[in-house]
Amino acid sequence: MRLEELKDHERELHFFQLRIGFAGFAVLAAFALLFLRFFQLQVVQHDTYASKAEDNRISIVPIAPNRGLILDRNGVVLARNYSAYTLEIFPAKVRDLERTIQELGDVVEVQAKDRSRFRKLYAETRNAESLPIRTRLTDKEVARFAANRYRFPGVEIKARLFRQYPHGDLAAHVVGYIGRINAKDQEKLEELGVEANYRGTDYIGKSGLEASYQQDLHGTTGFEQVEIDAAGRGIRTLARTPAQSGSNVTLTLDIGLQEVAEAAFGDHRGALVAIEPSTGGVLAFVSKPGFDPNLFVDGIDPQSWAELNNSPDRPLNDRAIAGVYPPGSTFKPYMALAALESGKRTPKSAINDPGYFEFGGRRFHDSKPGGNGYVDLYKSIVVSSDTYYYQVANDMGIDAISSFMAKFGFGAKSGIDLDGEATGVLPSQEWKLKRFRRPEQQKWYAGETISIGIGQGYNAYTPIQLAVALATLAANGNMYRPHLVSAIENLHTGVRRQVEPVLVNHIDLNPDNVDFVKRAMAGVNREGTGARSFANAQYTSGGKTGTAQVIGMKQGEKYDEKKVTERHRDHSLFIVFAPVESPKIALAVIVENGGFGARTAAPIARVVLDYYLLGKMPEGDAPGAPKPGAAEEEEEGD
Amino acid sequence: MDLARYSPRRMAARLAEGIDGPLLAITIALVAVGLATLFSASYEQPARVTAQVANLSVAFVAMWLVARIPPQTLMRFAVPAYVLGVALLVAVALAGDVVNGARRWLHIGVTRFQPSEMMKLALPLMLAWYFHKNEATLRMRDFAMAALMVAIPALLIVRQPDLGTAVLVAAAGCYVIFFAGIGWKVIAALVVLGLASLFPLWGMLHDYQRQRILTLIDPTQDPLGAGYHTIQSTIAVGSGGITGKGWLHGTQTHLEFIPERHTDFIFAVFSEEFGLIGNLILLTLYSLLIARGLMIAANAATFFARLLAATITLMLFTYAFVNMGMVSGILPVVGVPLPFVSYGGSALLTLFIGIGILMSVHSHRRLVQT
Repeated sequence: MRLEELKDHERELHFFQLRIGFAGFAVLAAFALLFLRFFQLQVVQHDTYASKAEDNRISIVPIAPNRGLILDRNGVVLARNYSAYTLEIFPAKVRDLERTIQELGDVVEVQAKDRSRFRKLYAETRNAESLPIRTRLTDKEVARFAANRYRFPGVEIKARLFRQYPHGDLAAHVVGYIGRINAKDQEKLEELGVEANYRGTDYIGKSGLEASYQQDLHGTTGFEQVEIDAAGRGIRTLARTPAQSGSNVTLTLDIGLQEVAEAAFGDHRGALVAIEPSTGGVLAFVSKPGFDPNLFVDGIDPQSWAELNNSPDRPLNDRAIAGVYPPGSTFKPYMALAALESGKRTPKSAINDPGYFEFGGRRFHDSKPGGNGYVDLYKSIVVSSDTYYYQVANDMGIDAISSFMAKFGFGAKSGIDLDGEATGVLPSQEWKLKRFRRPEQQKWYAGETISIGIGQGYNAYTPIQLAVALATLAANGNMYRPHLVSAIENLHTGVRRQVEPVLVNHIDLNPDNVDFVKRAMAGVNREGTGARSFANAQYTSGGKTGTAQVIGMKQGEKYDEKKVTERHRDHSLFIVFAPVESPKIALAVIVENGGFGARTAAPIARVVLDYYLLGKMPEGDAPGAPKPGAAEEEEEGD
Repeated sequence: MDLARYSPRRMAARLAEGIDGPLLAITIALVAVGLATLFSASYEQPARVTAQVANLSVAFVAMWLVARIPPQTLMRFAVPAYVLGVALLVAVALAGDVVNGARRWLHIGVTRFQPSEMMKLALPLMLAWYFHKNEATLRMRDFAMAALMVAIPALLIVRQPDLGTAVLVAAAGCYVIFFAGIGWKVIAALVVLGLASLFPLWGMLHDYQRQRILTLIDPTQDPLGAGYHTIQSTIAVGSGGITGKGWLHGTQTHLEFIPERHTDFIFAVFSEEFGLIGNLILLTLYSLLIARGLMIAANAATFFARLLAATITLMLFTYAFVNMGMVSGILPVVGVPLPFVSYGGSALLTLFIGIGILMSVHSHRRLVQT
């Protein structure tokens, strides 16, 4: 039995080795076949292929498309292209980069700035054929280099299109800028599967609309079949598929209005967003300070970059969509509406304001010492009573407030056509539970609800959210998605695609209540905290001032502006829509460390409205258009 | 005594434990050819060569580790590796990354990898284990079962779609079945059946796959599209002549006419610069590698080790043959790297693990020859 098994085993092994032999034979046969093929190609047909290789001189060269223009609503050009000569180094063809750059300095001007920028590009860019050492050569420099060209193998002059932003830092955060495609951009293009269309393209939108409309602005790459010599230089063009330019992008933004708004800020930091309530089209979009996007076009030199990036004013930060601020008293009109809609208050509900609200043995003070006396709902908005809204908030409770405010877009991204929008914070019990780790921090305390009522506490929203909420109120509850682009025009097909307004949400509101709040806001600008700034206005407007605390004040501690440093002063806010009857514009302004809302933010809003509704330039310095900071001894309410 | 135990010689002997000299020497020769060609294909920019050296180091360590694992232990990985491989293929089908229109990649932490690559070893391992377990009672039913185990991953890979890898994985499965002793009559019947099913299969292919096959028959019908690769690589090979154009002097390579010259088409670069003589040397190296592998299989101790070693060896052959065949224009363009020569980390890892397995089988061979 065992012998038989062994024998069986032997037979099986023999059988296996037979198959191994067969496999070996098959391998040899296959390799022999390959060898025959090699022999055929490399010996028999060698001459044919050698001459084919010799003739193989047709190189396919991509032609980068012209980038689309960016235009304001009236067709004013905000981003364009111009042609200029650059001096470019092909790193793969240069033996000693440093020496070449050194010697180039004898022929054309090469500053330390150019050198450090080149090094940065060289380190960041992969697979780039050539990199610019100098851009925008003068005619003289071009001629000088041409005469010395023999000295610099691997260095060439190229005519390239450059992006230019003729308005400099005006609307810089809207337009954004382009920069060289780096490894990260390349990965993104590959993920999108469009890298083939970027052969020959060196630049890509990095921020603003240049980034968010990159695909539209870029266009379609063309190709050229070029005959080349043995060294790879082009001799003549055999065939050509032209590139298709990128689409022109037209904005809803009015650059004139933008200029007026930016000028009105003076040296203040802050943001302004103005929206057309019936469409969501953004009319002005300010984030101050700005920056010059032209600096980025050739690759920013490290020194300028450090200056921008390390400045305490944070000019690269787009405050309008990424800055979050407490709304302060600009929150009160929505609180009033919430109280009316929920039935917690009627227009007649009134209090006798002693100057504080007491809760749990703690006193929440009104910003006006001694209080405003008899205050009904109308007056609560006009004089901006804190005491009134402490009570409203306390009566409503946090969850009722937050679910009402959510409808107006507070604490949610607005969906504007720019990247990098912040969410902000709409406080609620649920939010607190998620936000904090420790159980004692996760619990919502009733006392925390009270300061929510006057737009303080955990409240934190972006200027775009404030503007969208106001536009929604102005449009009686119709919320349109804010957008900067009104049309995209494909120059190749001639098709102009209009961007239709998108109704994101219709809030079901009692028209009487909306009307009441609008009237109260009109009262603010007629007889209340905004009256000084809107004196003699030739149109009706509804506004609300606001002041947001930058540093926390202990209860009872008095805020003395002279004692705190400039950076710790309160932020000044103002929201306004006009005309009251049929609003054409709704805007939100925030001036960082600007103090009372009535003092710095409201005058800026006045200047913008005067220009937009009346076409009045601010130079007139009419008595009704005070300069920011002019209203020194303004009112009592914040 | 103690000193002797830690003497350099003994340390070296312990490090070399399980390592097969001839296999190592052939592999190193192939790797050297690869690095030299890669250097030329990268326009003498050493960065890619450095990256490949890094890949090689990882792969080499993997080989060294695997070589020390006895085949009996490897057998224990068979089922888990296969099940995991199939699970990952399903995961790719459901949630994989799409690159160039194909869903082949899976994100694992910071990196991506292709589960189909893993299947190249997991499938032979599984089948070898299965046949080994049923060695005494192998019947038609077992072969049918094995065919099913081949079909599942192969079909999943075809669906990605990645026809080339699917064919290679299926081929590996067929090799195991062949060596396990399926009858010649059955093989003949299957070949006839296979040829007959070509027609319905044609209808199942994607357009780009049909295009590849059509352009194989006549590359000139699509000179700037699918045929471009084949036309340019054949010109490169042919213009190399008997002695080649010399290292770093390939015009096809350096004027950028060869697409994917670092990876799948690196043989075109080699062949252009080293000519027929170079090709002959490369063919010889692969032949030696395969001969050594088949010898190891023939002398393996167990049915499992035999099947595994023979299959891995034939896989190495298949990759080399298919790659050189496609570059020289006698096989369709499928994404197969040239073993040990093409640039790329995951393929190298698979190959070196394969070599490690061969070494392990060899050091645990039958010691008594009767």
